[in-house]
Amino acid sequence: MEYEIVIGLEVHAELSTKSKIYCSCTTEFGGEENTHCCPICTGMPGVLPVLNKKVVEYAVRAGLATNCTIADYSKQDRKNYFYPDLPKAYQISQYDFPLCKNGYIDIETDGKTKRVGITRIHIEEDAGKLMHDEWDTGTLVDYNRCGVPLIEIVGEPDLRSAEEARAYMEKLRSILQFIGVSDCKMQEGSLRADVNLSVRPVGQKELGTRTEMKNLNSFRSIVRAVEAEAQRQIREIESGGTVVQETRRWDDERGLSVSMRSKEEAHDYRYFPEPDLVPIVLDKEWVEGIRASLPELPDARKKRYVREFGLPEYDAEILTSSKVLSDFFDDAVKQSSNAKAVSNWIMGDLMRILKEKGMEVENIPFPAGYLARLVGLIEKGTISGTIAKKVFEKMFLSGKGPETIVKEEGLEVVSDEGALTAVVRKVLDNNPQSVADYRKGKEKALGFLVGQAMRETKGKADPQLINKLLKEAMDKA
Amino acid sequence: MKITFEIIEHVADLARLNLTESEKQKLTSEMANIIGYVDKLNQLDTTNVPPTSHVKPISNIFREDVVKESFDREKILSNAPSRDNGCFKVPKVVE
Ligand SMILES: [Zn+2]
Repeated sequence: MEYEIVIGLEVHAELSTKSKIYCSCTTEFGGEENTHCCPICTGMPGVLPVLNKKVVEYAVRAGLATNCTIADYSKQDRKNYFYPDLPKAYQISQYDFPLCKNGYIDIETDGKTKRVGITRIHIEEDAGKLMHDEWDTGTLVDYNRCGVPLIEIVGEPDLRSAEEARAYMEKLRSILQFIGVSDCKMQEGSLRADVNLSVRPVGQKELGTRTEMKNLNSFRSIVRAVEAEAQRQIREIESGGTVVQETRRWDDERGLSVSMRSKEEAHDYRYFPEPDLVPIVLDKEWVEGIRASLPELPDARKKRYVREFGLPEYDAEILTSSKVLSDFFDDAVKQSSNAKAVSNWIMGDLMRILKEKGMEVENIPFPAGYLARLVGLIEKGTISGTIAKKVFEKMFLSGKGPETIVKEEGLEVVSDEGALTAVVRKVLDNNPQSVADYRKGKEKALGFLVGQAMRETKGKADPQLINKLLKEAMDKA
Repeated sequence: MKITFEIIEHVADLARLNLTESEKQKLTSEMANIIGYVDKLNQLDTTNVPPTSHVKPISNIFREDVVKESFDREKILSNAPSRDNGCFKVPKVVE
């Protein structure tokens, strides 16, 4: 039987405010254990949390950027559960009146656009970090992350494959980065997803029983977890069993999910209104002010790249998948007259070298202007395309400007006729067969001879000039 | 809402309370009385009364996003029954 996979993602993003959501402790990543803490974020009795206004602003920004309706009335609630990563034994979150509702984003897979619904976005506090020592009897707790503001973006079960889940996650990351509300560093846990997944026979209307896998913090693990869990559920059904609604832990090392049959599975969070915090009532004008301040979003920027620079859709999509990369491109284009060439360099050599070195776009070791100038050097004919690749490589390794590299390594195009005539002579003398072929009308032979001459000059000769000189020499005799 | 013995067991479990059988019995009837009392409110006509989520008629109490110095770690840990390596130490929890 053929099955359809149904996926909904709940994405948590840590907001890039300076201070925590309910106290003035720093949100800075790292730091010695329990040094970014105070009585409020460690849940001491008798303290009073006060909501950070920036958290509301950022959540509203995220809501507007994902086409949500912003609630004029919103409140916070206690979600009760016992786990030592939350010292209060509850998490302050939002239950029935979230800040944002009913939005959507568009994703692209296989050249097709798909609209994915966003049920809601609400604000809540992050939890602390537990460290389990195999040899010890206890669990150690660090509350530095406890109280860092989060938004939870609850998506509709509109996704149908691992690729769509990945595209959705990438688009959300890109949007959140563009609007500057989260740095979305997955390796630091500032962007993570819970995957809700079920399968059903193709054509069936009702949804199958779903499982939830929590806290996936890389695109790769999301894709692998979706694929493995879908297969597991299909096997379960095919072998006559039933899928149990439960939370499963994804074990990335072993590539499988494990059931977490704990008592908390009852999911009985007994939400109730947070008595220490008052309702949030948003002024229309304030919300519209935020809407007006939104920057160009990834989809708009992508369209602009296609329209203004004639880039292929695919290239524009990749360039706008990351704010840093897109800004790098924009910055380079401002200093260059050939946007397409700049894009090709980024899509080709830059992406390749980053991948080879396992580096992120954040770590590109030279400013965008260097790439613009490198493209300029090719256009002016100062260096050849082949040499430019070498210069690019050196630019990446040394961070030196392209002109400096060209000068230091003597890589300028040789367009001195006198010097090149000698090279041409040598090539003709060494390849009498090709010369004969050319004279018999084999155009291909000319290409070979040009190649030989370029090799002789280590790629520095002006190929146009070499071409002309070779032809002249052979046509004459 | 009917308060049953099972509900009391479930709530006690969620609250990590170890109750004896007789305590559960006693609480079942006590809780039923309390809930029954509150249920009386349902007899009131609240058609034109907006729902209350907070007892104080105020909204929008915010602080600015300004970092202030956190507490000294020694102070933060001073109430901890157990600690180790600058961390709170709790009975082992395994997922
Ligand atoms: Zn604090």
